[in-house]
Amino acid sequence: MGDLPPDPEPPPQPTSSRRNSQVSERRRSREHSRPQPTVPGEVQQVPLDAQILRSSREMVSNQINRGWSQGASLTPNENFIFQAEEAQRGGIEYPSLNTGFPSEVQPQTYPSEGRLQASHNASLMLQQLQQGKGNLFQQLESAYQEPRADLLGQYTRYQREDLQFSQGTQHGPYLRDDPVLQFSPSELGFMPFNVEVPEPDPRELAVQNAKAYLLQTSVNCDLSLYEHLVNLLTKILNQRPEDPLFLLESLNRTTQWEWFHPKLDTLRDDPEMQTTYEMAERHKALFSQSGGGEGEQEMEEEVAETAVPNIMEKAFYFEQAGVGLSSDESFRIFLALKQLVEQWPIHTCRFWGKILGLRRSYLVAEVEFREGEEEVEEEEVEEVMEGGEVMEAHGEEEGEEGEEDEEKVTDVIPKPTWKPPPVVPKEESRNGTNKYLYFVCNEPGQPWVRLPHVTPIQIVQARKIKKFFTGFLDAPVISYPPFPGNEANYLRAQIARISAATHISPLGFYQFGEEEGDEEEEGGAGRDSYEENPDFEGIPVLELVDSMANWVHHTQHILPQGRCTWVNPLQKTEEEEELGEEEEKADEGIEEVEQEVGPPLLTPLSEDAGSLRTSTSAGATSTVLRISTRPCQPLFSKSTPAARRSWR
Amino acid sequence: MDEESLLLSLELASGSGQGLSPDRRASLLTSLMLVKRDYRFDRVLFWGRILSLVADYYIAQGLSEDQLSPRKTLYSLNCMEWSLLPPATEEMEMQTSVVKGRFMGDPSHEYEHTELQKVNEGEKVFEEEVVVQIKEETRLVSIIDQIDKAVAVIPRGALFKTPFGPIRVNRTFEGLSSSEAKKLSSYFHFREPVELKNKTLLEKADLDPSLDFMDSLEHDIPKGSWSIQMERGNTLVVLRSLLWPGLTFYHAPRTKNYGYIYVGTGEKNIDLPFML
Repeated sequence: MGDLPPDPEPPPQPTSSRRNSQVSERRRSREHSRPQPTVPGEVQQVPLDAQILRSSREMVSNQINRGWSQGASLTPNENFIFQAEEAQRGGIEYPSLNTGFPSEVQPQTYPSEGRLQASHNASLMLQQLQQGKGNLFQQLESAYQEPRADLLGQYTRYQREDLQFSQGTQHGPYLRDDPVLQFSPSELGFMPFNVEVPEPDPRELAVQNAKAYLLQTSVNCDLSLYEHLVNLLTKILNQRPEDPLFLLESLNRTTQWEWFHPKLDTLRDDPEMQTTYEMAERHKALFSQSGGGEGEQEMEEEVAETAVPNIMEKAFYFEQAGVGLSSDESFRIFLALKQLVEQWPIHTCRFWGKILGLRRSYLVAEVEFREGEEEVEEEEVEEVMEGGEVMEAHGEEEGEEGEEDEEKVTDVIPKPTWKPPPVVPKEESRNGTNKYLYFVCNEPGQPWVRLPHVTPIQIVQARKIKKFFTGFLDAPVISYPPFPGNEANYLRAQIARISAATHISPLGFYQFGEEEGDEEEEGGAGRDSYEENPDFEGIPVLELVDSMANWVHHTQHILPQGRCTWVNPLQKTEEEEELGEEEEKADEGIEEVEQEVGPPLLTPLSEDAGSLRTSTSAGATSTVLRISTRPCQPLFSKSTPAARRSWR
Repeated sequence: MDEESLLLSLELASGSGQGLSPDRRASLLTSLMLVKRDYRFDRVLFWGRILSLVADYYIAQGLSEDQLSPRKTLYSLNCMEWSLLPPATEEMEMQTSVVKGRFMGDPSHEYEHTELQKVNEGEKVFEEEVVVQIKEETRLVSIIDQIDKAVAVIPRGALFKTPFGPIRVNRTFEGLSSSEAKKLSSYFHFREPVELKNKTLLEKADLDPSLDFMDSLEHDIPKGSWSIQMERGNTLVVLRSLLWPGLTFYHAPRTKNYGYIYVGTGEKNIDLPFML
């Protein structure tokens, strides 16, 4: 724009812009009623504006002081603003403004922007017009009096004062006493300001003060209440919701929030939702896999028995009893089990349940491998075990040698006669506690992890402690008495205990196989296999509810030793006998270990230890077709007995 | 959980494995509506289910306009007929602290507890065994009250305090953000604040008095008595109490859905410090 003429008393820029906007605001309010009465008034106004605007434009471009006061310069901009607002309010046609104007005119649509721009323009013009002549006033006054001839009388006082007042606003009430302002320019030797400034009306003063207060920016941010209210009202006017008073509060909050959280670029992803999207992708993979599998099956038309159980049907029955996960969760578990069956050579598979943990939960699946498939995995595990035993043997030998040396030198240190209790061997796969294999995962879609077989010592220790699961299989289990293993072992031990204690079925559903071996040969432990009874006819619901004798356990009871079949731990010390004779003597001192006997398979619940009422309860749901039984013993580790029953 | 969004809430809280059978759900929907009308409650919450030996208790609570005013508790055995329970007193709590074990399922059942009481007969002091009878209803009331005071949870911002005192539901609560939802400090106890006044001035300066007027879960003793997890592929945050196992609080971040439900035996987990 070129050099700006130096101001003798330049008003501070922001305040001037503010005050200009004040003025524009005032003008807006004042001019609001102007075009309302008659259209001809408007039409009259238009050419006037055109004149003013044109002149102001020229002035701006030429930087010649045409003597337009700031008031005049402000007016065309204000008119724009005002009429733009009017247009927004859906009233008056905006294009009317365009008719009489040259193309230079750029209508400003958004009020705040326009206002800011207007104030900016106005301030620039203000600076340029510092040295306007007083005679130009009269020109302007005459120009202004034309349209006002038909206006109401109450505006008359503005005619005279508007120009002068506009000058006065930039200084506010504080400089009212400035003698310079009291006199007309012609009376002064120099003219710092070209307009007389009368005392502002107290009401107008109050309005100015209020507006100045509203325009204060808050300490925390750059937003002033005024701007916020403008945003809010604009939003309401744009959206036009029903019953805006009711929604005022929420709109208030959202407007504020939006100011500080501009909508992110469409190219950038929301960082917070990243993990959620990843999980969703994984779930999607679950669905797409299953979709492919189904398609192939249909094409081949094989009547293959899939090992995957009908989870949805079971979930339906459990839901009747008030137990279980939601239906979409069950479906996802179904898909995950399908995935498991595809990956491993599985003969039968069953959803065992869900165990809740502190940070994550476990979904457990009970599977049986096909014949002969398991051995590969087992060998690796056994090698690790043997390695451990060899280390222990070395340790013992070194200890003995050290003690012998000391014998010669000093007094005989009595050797401790304590021998660690013999390790009870774990059960073979497919027997007893290790009858089934268990796979766990944290969420459907995550890979299934196989749990190791459980050893008797782990079961024994698990009976003594009570710990929460964290959700991570390799987490250590810190407890007293110390648990031999990490969370995976503890989990497996608890699964074994729960299965052994709570898997029940109606009497007669399972029966023993026809081949009966001698009881003596099997060590008196009873039969350990059963099969479905094809002649099972079902027991009426009422009978099932009333008497506990109609329900039987179909998993083997775990003896205090930690196994289902009893093994005399002393017999296993054949290897150790070769080492030395001392141990044999020590053995004789130990009491004979009694054979442990537990209740045989398919024992009814009425034989359970503890009072019946507190160990198991049965109730009928109101549909009467289903009954539910629930074990009442406190279950450790926050495990939920969801889907653990195996009755049909 | 709010009776208005009961079905969705039950679905979201089902991760703990215990829920309601369809017939109970259906009967709850109708009966809670009638309860709201009859007792003139502002909001009715389905509090949960206490598992007992013979029959389960279904508990509902009704709130008035002020969310923190004492709530009225109702129980039902069949989700259709609801009976009002008396408000809990300290005396009740003392009485029932000696009762252990499961609930029976019969509200009129009486537990017998023998106490040694000193009886003054003239100058001699005898110790007699007195059998005190405690009704199951009393026990129910006191357990519900304890659970409420200990573990009822509400997310930050769901209620706000008006300048005149009463606490209102915040209609503009749009949910916690995903990052806030994983922190325990964004959740409050849904009860009168107990520890708030013990905070230092420095801490109080950061609080917003209209939103932060209840105790947060952060400072619960023992530390770690809450398990906070994301379920359903990270779209649902679930808090489970380890002190009262069975209490589940769920919230879907960035939505208005939140609620808590207790489905359990009504026994406090005394072994908690050893189990962590």
